[in-house]
Amino acid sequence: MKHIKIVNKANLKETAHKGGCGECQASCQSACKTSCTVANQKCEK
Amino acid sequence: MIHKFTLNDYKIVLDVNSGAVFELDDCAYKMLDFIDLPLPAECPKDIYIKLKEFSNDEISETYSEIKELVEQGLLFSKDDYLPFVEKLGTAPIKSMCLNIAHDCNLECGYCFASQGDFGHGRKLMTYEVGKKALDFLIENSADRYNLEVDFFGGEPLMNFEVIKKLVSYARSLEKKHNKNFRFTLTTNGVLLNDEKIDFINKEMSNVVLSLDGRKEINDRFRCFQTGKGCYDIVLPKFQKLVAERGGKEYYVRGTYTRFNLDFSNDVEHLFALGFDQVSIEPAVTEKELPFSVREEDLTRIFKEYEKLALLMLENKKQGKKLNFFHFMLDLEQGPCVYKRLRGCSCGNEYIAVTPEGDIYPCHQFVGIEEKKMGSVLSGEFDNKLKVDFASATVYSKEECKKCWAKFYCSGGCDANNYLYEGSIKLPHTISCEIEKKRLECAIMIKVALAQ
Ligand code: SF4
Ligand code: SF4
Ligand code: SF4
Repeated sequence: MKHIKIVNKANLKETAHKGGCGECQASCQSACKTSCTVANQKCEK
Repeated sequence: MIHKFTLNDYKIVLDVNSGAVFELDDCAYKMLDFIDLPLPAECPKDIYIKLKEFSNDEISETYSEIKELVEQGLLFSKDDYLPFVEKLGTAPIKSMCLNIAHDCNLECGYCFASQGDFGHGRKLMTYEVGKKALDFLIENSADRYNLEVDFFGGEPLMNFEVIKKLVSYARSLEKKHNKNFRFTLTTNGVLLNDEKIDFINKEMSNVVLSLDGRKEINDRFRCFQTGKGCYDIVLPKFQKLVAERGGKEYYVRGTYTRFNLDFSNDVEHLFALGFDQVSIEPAVTEKELPFSVREEDLTRIFKEYEKLALLMLENKKQGKKLNFFHFMLDLEQGPCVYKRLRGCSCGNEYIAVTPEGDIYPCHQFVGIEEKKMGSVLSGEFDNKLKVDFASATVYSKEECKKCWAKFYCSGGCDANNYLYEGSIKLPHTISCEIEKKRLECAIMIKVALAQ
């Protein structure tokens, strides 16, 4: 493509199949203890 | 839904529902404003008129690229998340904040825990109460294997002996119940010594070290009762702890206030001190407090995040392994959609326990009577409250449903929502604005690194 560069095409919806195991860290246990960014959490799978 | 923005001269588009990210040229960036689904096979005439600064060839080429991405489900992709939301019921409790000490040896001016005692008098958790809390966690964790326990306060190291005993008690239960405990601890550093550093580095999978940055910034709020700042005392201890940590996870965590809106200097200062994992958060409290960041500070704050983003980008390009917590973003392999729909899951998968054994949805709700969920001593637990908290997804919050950042922010902090907007489902505007800016910066860094 000339006008649009794809930086990332991972599809969020596909994570639904593997997802929801609940084994990863609760987001507030990570670094901040006051707010919530979830997208930077590590998935355990 | 898409979100388009320019930052650091990049024209960037995030396709909200798929999570795809694009960098566009001028023509494509402008054309997106005139795209209506379903797309006709050929570029509509009015688009040629609206984009007359571009040649016809450019326009038709760009149009076919957009069309291709739409057909691949990467651009203007459909929101079909509702079935997943409906599947999200309550979940086992697997994460616990143990408020091991409602007492503190500092009196930080901005502390939400009111000088460590959460407004309810100074108190240390006994071993007996702690044991009951761990038993409660195991009993309510169903088949979850990884259980997290955070030693929090006040200042947890004021109750170090109990922490040691609780860790060893928990370890003794792991095999029998097929669980893996992950301990974390948040400390102001005052009481750290060799013994404690060794213990923390051995047993804690993550440790959060509170330090605000430059000495004069840190010492303005992080003070002893005498008014003296703690920087000189805690810094060498933190440096020692990190040096001996052997690569295990840690964060130096600071707070910025209205008085240091140039906080990128504090992040830089912390990096220069040798800390490579840094998180700095705004003090968002009651609006009337002089140090609390306000709406009118946002422009300034945004600039500062942009500056920080450029700094992080420069560091990355030089191969330096420095992390700023809020710019960390894994576009490829981040958390699954279930995790993103419900964010922190406080009051559902995550609870906090006080020295008295009372259960609250999380550490920020401690002391709010109306949200008290039960007690690990009596075993009482308010399932209705749990159901209510479990229902706090990005689709049950009207603002979040419409928000482009919903799968990254995941609905914000329910405690801030409750404390400052009156309901766990009403997002706290200033926090939202800051969060969205941080995400834009994080995405820009990815785009820039893809060059
Ligand atoms: S570990 Fe991964 S799949 Fe499991 S809930 Fe967390 S993010 Fe989702
Ligand atoms: S809390 Fe705010 S920023 Fe986060 S998803 Fe909701 S509306 Fe968006
Ligand atoms: S409500 Fe806020 S403070 Fe509590 S766990 Fe969630 S994000 Fe953290």
